[in-house]
Amino acid sequence: MKGIDLKVSIGALKLKNPVIAASGTFGFGREYSEFIDLNRLGGISVKGLTLAPRQGNKPPRIAETPAGILNSVGLQNPGVHAFLRDELPFLKQYNTAVIANIAGNTIEEYCEMAELLSASDIDAVELNVSCPNVKQGGVSFGNTAAGVSEIVGRVRPCCKKTMIVKLTPNVTDIKEIAAAAEASGADAISLINTLLGMAIDIHRRKPVLANNTGGLSGPAVKPVALRMVYEAANTVKIPVIGMGGITCGEDAVEFLLAGASAVMVGTANFTNPHACMDVLKGIENYLKMYNNHCIYDIIGKLVVNQ
Amino acid sequence: MPKVLKEKILRSEALARSIYRMTVESEYISQTARPGQFVNLKCSDGIEPVLRRPISICRVNREQKTFELVFQVRGRGTELLSRKKAGDSVDILGPLGNPFEISAHYKKIAVVGGGIGIFPLLFILDEYGKHREDNLKAFDLSAFIGFRDKDSIVLKDEFEKACDTCRISTEDGSAGCRGFVTGLLEEELSRKHYDIIYTCGPTAMMKKVAETAGLYKVPCQVSLEQRMGCGIGACLVCACKTKYGDGWEYSHVCKDGPVFWCDRVIFDEQVEDFG
Repeated sequence: MKGIDLKVSIGALKLKNPVIAASGTFGFGREYSEFIDLNRLGGISVKGLTLAPRQGNKPPRIAETPAGILNSVGLQNPGVHAFLRDELPFLKQYNTAVIANIAGNTIEEYCEMAELLSASDIDAVELNVSCPNVKQGGVSFGNTAAGVSEIVGRVRPCCKKTMIVKLTPNVTDIKEIAAAAEASGADAISLINTLLGMAIDIHRRKPVLANNTGGLSGPAVKPVALRMVYEAANTVKIPVIGMGGITCGEDAVEFLLAGASAVMVGTANFTNPHACMDVLKGIENYLKMYNNHCIYDIIGKLVVNQ
Repeated sequence: MPKVLKEKILRSEALARSIYRMTVESEYISQTARPGQFVNLKCSDGIEPVLRRPISICRVNREQKTFELVFQVRGRGTELLSRKKAGDSVDILGPLGNPFEISAHYKKIAVVGGGIGIFPLLFILDEYGKHREDNLKAFDLSAFIGFRDKDSIVLKDEFEKACDTCRISTEDGSAGCRGFVTGLLEEELSRKHYDIIYTCGPTAMMKKVAETAGLYKVPCQVSLEQRMGCGIGACLVCACKTKYGDGWEYSHVCKDGPVFWCDRVIFDEQVEDFG
């Protein structure tokens, strides 16, 4: 876009624009490459990776709820080695940042994956300490400040790439969790992961999901996400990547005003395979409308009531 | 390759209680879709409902550049779709999924369906029927379709026109043979050979069809269903158990299916009745 500077910095990582496809909603990019030009994305956060391949949870893995969905995929993925061998070369054909989202059973597994990925061509690691759908999806680390400090502190020396820590909203005080991530060496934080939820089939008197509970995402979570991103951005100095229910440019602008340096688009991709591009265009239109020439003219420019 | 399309609805009609047929004008879908594929429909212009609804393509008309969808109202999304009228537009993602294997190599063909699973089978019969016009009597097409009762029978005329033999069963015996459609198939296979069986319907039915086909060593393809998200293979929610080496793996209905060779499928986790 002529005259509008959309570049943002996430630590040492420079993105051409602030729109990133969210982990778990975009696979490894292949499916969406049939619909959009991946070169135009700020980045892609790939499906959550584990050290060994995982089959994931039993179906049904999805339930639709008012303005949202619950999922319990359970980190089905081919494992980090297969990702590096089979998926990364495809992604590297495109001029977009590749963010490897990783989850482990133990801190040692996170460290091993961080080392493997540090030696690869990826651009950043997103430490998933917030998957609600598997017992060892990192959420046991992510839901206390002490847990976050421990895992971020121990993975940091193993990770030579920009390290983003993805936070769970299922906590009492997001500010102390964000502060713990920053103090332990995170280059950036991303939030929110899904909100733990449930849906019940009253005719069968059983949960809709085979896993009983799942993670809520989609427009339903946006106000909660926005509040948490606002609180986190006002607590830490490192960049914050905001997500939760973004479907259009206006939604993204809310997150940017609240202090997010970039946004991730997730569930909206399911409804609209062009969602990331629509969000990007919407941000550009907003900047034009207010005669702003640089994305930083709006980042964190929210004026709160005193 | 699937596309997101805004297409015009030409006709929308109720075929039976809660069963609707939508005829849509679409050059792209009508020319590219193959039997067994589906489309993912947006139910409204707003953000609610969040997910699209996957619906099998019932048949296409390549000359008139139209295709038909037949669906049952099961929840809010399909309810909204049923209210759409001729002249309205509909947001379609498709065609999606792997089609049934249609081959001139198969001469004696059976389709076996139950309830709302019968619709994609019509498209198979149409495909073979097209070849049949070129080479009369080359194909022998049989349909076995089962319903709950007389009132739930739909598209009977269409099926009868599209094949040589059409047999109907109802669970309560109010029309056709009393019992399950699998009974008709077993009876038929005991006296006649088929080159291939295609099936779509309730899981218990497909499982039984697959077992019967195995017994008579007839190749068989099934079309599976599962609660779906994206429809294109990215979100990984529509998992189904398939054989892998000596064990199993989770494949995905939208991208690896919905059509599978029946000997690949492990039916134990397939659940029914999606809202």
